[in-house]
Amino acid sequence: MPLYHNDDQAMLAESAGQFMGEEGAIARQLRHWRDRDCKDGFGHDLWKQFGEMGFTGILVDEDNGGLGMGHVEAGIVLEEVGRNLTPSPFLTSSVLAATALKHGSDDMRGRYLPGLVAGDSVFAVAVDEGAKHNPSRIATRAEKSGNGFKLSGKKDFVIQGASADMLVVAARTSGSDGDENGITLFAVPKDATNMSHDAVRLVDSSMATHTTFDAVELDGDAVIGEVDNGRAILDAMLDAGRVGSAAEGVGVARGAMDLTVDYLKQRKQFGTLIGEFQALQHRAAHLYSEVEIARAAVIKAQQLLDGDSDKASLMASVAKAKVAKTAGLAVREGVQMHGGIGMTDEYDIGLYMKRDRALQEFLGDAYFHANRVAELSGY
Amino acid sequence: MSDLETFRSETRAWLEANCPAEMREPVRDDGDVYWGGRNATFKSDAQKAWFEACRDKGYTVPAWPKEYGGAGLSPAEAKVLREVMASINARPPLSSFGIWMLGPALLHFGTEGQKQRFLNEIARGEIRWCQGYSEPGSGSDLVSLQTYGEDKGDHWVVNGQKVWTSYADKADWIFCLVRTDKNDKYRGITFMLFDMATAGASTKPILLISGNSPFCETFFDDVKVPKSYGEDVPAQVGEINRGWDVAKYLLGHEREMISGADGGNTGTIGGALSRNSVDMDPLLRAELAMFDVDALAYAAMGEKFLDEIKVGKAHPAQPNMMKYAGTELNKRRHELIMSAGGSTALEWDSEETEGGKPSRNWLRTKANSIEGGTSEVMLNVISKRILELPGG
Ligand SMILES: Cc1cc2nc3c(=O)[nH]c(=O)nc-3n(C[C@H](O)[C@H](O)[C@H](O)COP(=O)(O)OP(=O)(O)OC[C@H]3O[C@@H](n4cnc5c(N)ncnc54)[C@H](O)[C@@H]3O)c2cc1C
Ligand SMILES: Cc1cc2nc3c(=O)[nH]c(=O)nc-3n(C[C@H](O)[C@H](O)[C@H](O)COP(=O)(O)OP(=O)(O)OC[C@H]3O[C@@H](n4cnc5c(N)ncnc54)[C@H](O)[C@@H]3O)c2cc1C
Repeated sequence: MPLYHNDDQAMLAESAGQFMGEEGAIARQLRHWRDRDCKDGFGHDLWKQFGEMGFTGILVDEDNGGLGMGHVEAGIVLEEVGRNLTPSPFLTSSVLAATALKHGSDDMRGRYLPGLVAGDSVFAVAVDEGAKHNPSRIATRAEKSGNGFKLSGKKDFVIQGASADMLVVAARTSGSDGDENGITLFAVPKDATNMSHDAVRLVDSSMATHTTFDAVELDGDAVIGEVDNGRAILDAMLDAGRVGSAAEGVGVARGAMDLTVDYLKQRKQFGTLIGEFQALQHRAAHLYSEVEIARAAVIKAQQLLDGDSDKASLMASVAKAKVAKTAGLAVREGVQMHGGIGMTDEYDIGLYMKRDRALQEFLGDAYFHANRVAELSGY
Repeated sequence: MSDLETFRSETRAWLEANCPAEMREPVRDDGDVYWGGRNATFKSDAQKAWFEACRDKGYTVPAWPKEYGGAGLSPAEAKVLREVMASINARPPLSSFGIWMLGPALLHFGTEGQKQRFLNEIARGEIRWCQGYSEPGSGSDLVSLQTYGEDKGDHWVVNGQKVWTSYADKADWIFCLVRTDKNDKYRGITFMLFDMATAGASTKPILLISGNSPFCETFFDDVKVPKSYGEDVPAQVGEINRGWDVAKYLLGHEREMISGADGGNTGTIGGALSRNSVDMDPLLRAELAMFDVDALAYAAMGEKFLDEIKVGKAHPAQPNMMKYAGTELNKRRHELIMSAGGSTALEWDSEETEGGKPSRNWLRTKANSIEGGTSEVMLNVISKRILELPGG
């Protein structure tokens, strides 16, 4: 498969770009909701429009009302989301949770997917326990209890946890905290008793929760996949999310770079446009190179995921690490090259810096993923 | 089976039958590569057999038309051939500046007569070419070149000096930029082809920091270059005084080649290096891992670039980006190989290092970001032509 978008994908990119540039634009969404201190951190009307555009169900199969497309298409939407800093539950609901639900029973899929496709439901994912992503250690436990389970533990960095209609929770059903096996994924409905959220606003104005499960009672049919054998589904879900967040990160990098390059062409100092200074030109050109390379890594990872390749995990980590470094460079150079106004709230460049910081941390930062690349390469 | 799948299985079978085992080993030094030319010798029978099989099949230049010595493969078929060759680690049967640089320029700008003659010679490994661009006073600012060809009616008399002419001492012919009009900086340059055995052309090797000297100073002292080598075979490519267009086109191909976009410089190193250093420092391991991230991302970029070039989607200045990123990456690769190798890697002439390979390679890669245009010049081109930043 060539590493560029085919005609259908190019069309999707165009419509997603137009939609996000208008409906999802920074002034209209991110700033709007932030300035109102919105408890969800995003607008439900826009989420509904995501549904009308068909974006919500990109990774949902046609039997469940989705489009049955792949990670390349999901990434196209995410790149535009990133470029416009559009707040939405797309990454957690339509990529992460939708990937996990591929392994759910027909019953479960029938229960949850129509709401997602319609843009009515929001799903969250509860994996991390602690400030750093480390899915190889899962201490949250689900004990057998009658026909079901009792879930106990605490999860952190649950994006949109308090707004979610359902949480995909990774818990341990056997073994000890660091074991590979013994993991089970659960679909926990929002009204589960003894589940409590401590909601916090993050630097990028998004909302996350520390979520506590205090012997939450779950039916047997809350299990996604098989009991004790959830590791493979968890990994698949995480890799989908990593590649998705890498795609969003490329969008953030491009958005920041475009703003900055435009600024270099307008701002005059010392009687000339600052874009004429070679010290800035070379840094901008270096940044451009890194962004192009990061994009290539992302589309490669998307295609490998879609092709179920055994190289997909390696490339997912390459993409996530490369984008984390690249988008970080883009926002730092962006603020610096804007000079003093780059430090002001009025200019958007700082919003890119904040979003990038949150995205870098989500599902593993550059260090985590470089380490994983080393492990998957045998060292 | 699709035509392409048929081609793939036929190609695999042909390679199995024709590529000797010895030619499926990584290239270790210059001698492992056959460069062709009037004075060429083969290192082994296997090298000879592999070259001749490819030559007869058109696989020294698979994508060139059959009438010029190629195999006339479509871009998709050429990609399949590359993939199958890579899957058995087949060495390139023939390397030369004729294939990478002059050939593409002739295909684009040459007359039919020039193509018939020179492309066939290149494809068959008969004539080895060198590139005479740089001069002592003209490197990055190439259009300032001074080598002058005086018009004497049916011939030019060329005087001047070139520098950094790779393998000039081994080359049979040179493609050379010569000023033929002193009044017009860009439009006064002619792209000339002539025989290095012509009276007045001489070379002197330059010793590099790597201890090797494949580069030369090249002197032209009243070199008589005929204006034509026969019917429809002029000595210049493109029009007289319009050689700059040809030179620029060719530089694009040179940059692609040096960038390693074709698979040369794209490998990861962490896995291989960690097997040798038992007590790997955790910070070195971390740097290797970051390097492998960059290398795998760059490999994806190389693949994307070639895919986009094929369908005309790549920005025309994109090779400059590939060259910049690929060469900087390759320098980093060899810094890390030195670090992982420790004191062994410092050995300049031991058996253990096969004659100082790690340190010589490390030093050689420092030229990657200079030859074919420096990294700074690449960044200038990216900022002006792709980002469209103002000035100069
Ligand atoms: C938090 C904060 C507090 C401040 N407090 C004060 C204060 O109390 N009093 C006061 O008077 N000022 C204050 N300043 C202003 C500060 O001094 C300026 O922001 C600073 O001098 C940069 O100027 P600028 O913002 O106009 O950026 P610009 O000059 O527009 O620069 C934009 C970008 O172009 C680059 N650039 C500009 N010229 C060149 C060149 N020749 N070569 C290469 N690159 C170039 C810059 O480095 C920068 O990256 C403050 C600024 C901030 C952010
Ligand atoms: C190993 C090797 C093989 C080569 N093979 C050949 C060959 O076969 N044929 C051939 O013709 N040539 C060859 N070259 C020459 C090569 O193309 C030149 O060395 C190269 O173009 C740089 O020119 P220069 O050495 O004169 O450096 P200079 O142009 O003098 O540059 C010196 C420094 O100044 C920087 N600089 C120059 N201009 C600018 C600018 N505008 N902005 C910012 N920085 C700038 C450069 O980046 C560099 O860092 C080879 C060189 C090497 C090292």
